[in-house]
Amino acid sequence: MFEITPLHYSLLSAALFMIGVIGVLVRRNIIIIFMSIELILNAVNINLVALSSQLQDLSGQVFVVFVIAVAAAEAAVGLGIIIAFYRNKETVNIDEMQIMRW
Amino acid sequence: MVEAFMFYLLATLILGLAVMVITARSAVHSVVFLVVNFLLVAVLYVMLSAEFVAVIQVLVYAGGIVVLYLFVVMLVNLKREPEQYTDPRRLGVLGTVLGGAVLAQLVGIAVYSSIRGSTVVDGAGLGSDTPFAVGNTEQLGWVLYTSYLIPFELASMLLLVAMIGAIVLAKQNL
Repeated sequence: MFEITPLHYSLLSAALFMIGVIGVLVRRNIIIIFMSIELILNAVNINLVALSSQLQDLSGQVFVVFVIAVAAAEAAVGLGIIIAFYRNKETVNIDEMQIMRW
Repeated sequence: MVEAFMFYLLATLILGLAVMVITARSAVHSVVFLVVNFLLVAVLYVMLSAEFVAVIQVLVYAGGIVVLYLFVVMLVNLKREPEQYTDPRRLGVLGTVLGGAVLAQLVGIAVYSSIRGSTVVDGAGLGSDTPFAVGNTEQLGWVLYTSYLIPFELASMLLLVAMIGAIVLAKQNL
């Protein structure tokens, strides 16, 4: 109970991951969906750092650096797409984004 | 004891703030909760003696990405409620049930692997043979610029491409 094992960090990571997934599935504002994706990436990072310190292996923390770099790239491109879409369609509701649906 | 107390406090706050991020009505409130969430995750990294990752988390996530989100929330100036319209074919309940199923699966994997125990978990003869003692940032830099040099350069290329892509996408008339 009072000893924090990697299992605790894994469970925290799983719960945070799930909150992010539910946010992606339930919300309709695309900006909130992007924030949920950031939450998911953070859950993965917590897992990587916890296991890295458990195994005394720095590769996990190197991967976290890469995940953060990819998250920054993803946020820049994704928010650029949101702005371009908003300029054309005046909406951020994903249920109204149907122009590529067959 | 103190570590356990800190962990449970941080975990509660992180999960609570995450729930508030995805339930907040206003997108600006969501962004503010997200900043606090990222800062608390950085504290968690310090607890795990990953100081460099914690600093990067504060600088890049809480400092850079969230400001970008705030810009977009302000730019996308909504005249009407964003979640007014609902697609009639939307399966919200099914989505939540599937999310719960994946959560059950993840918890099952975590509990099973901890009950079964692992032979490599003590880290003996595994990974880098250099201990953390010298200082986390120095060690991490060493690993990053030797074993992971090519992925590091690829990440810089990725950031360059993303920057150009964001400019091309968001520019009015190119």
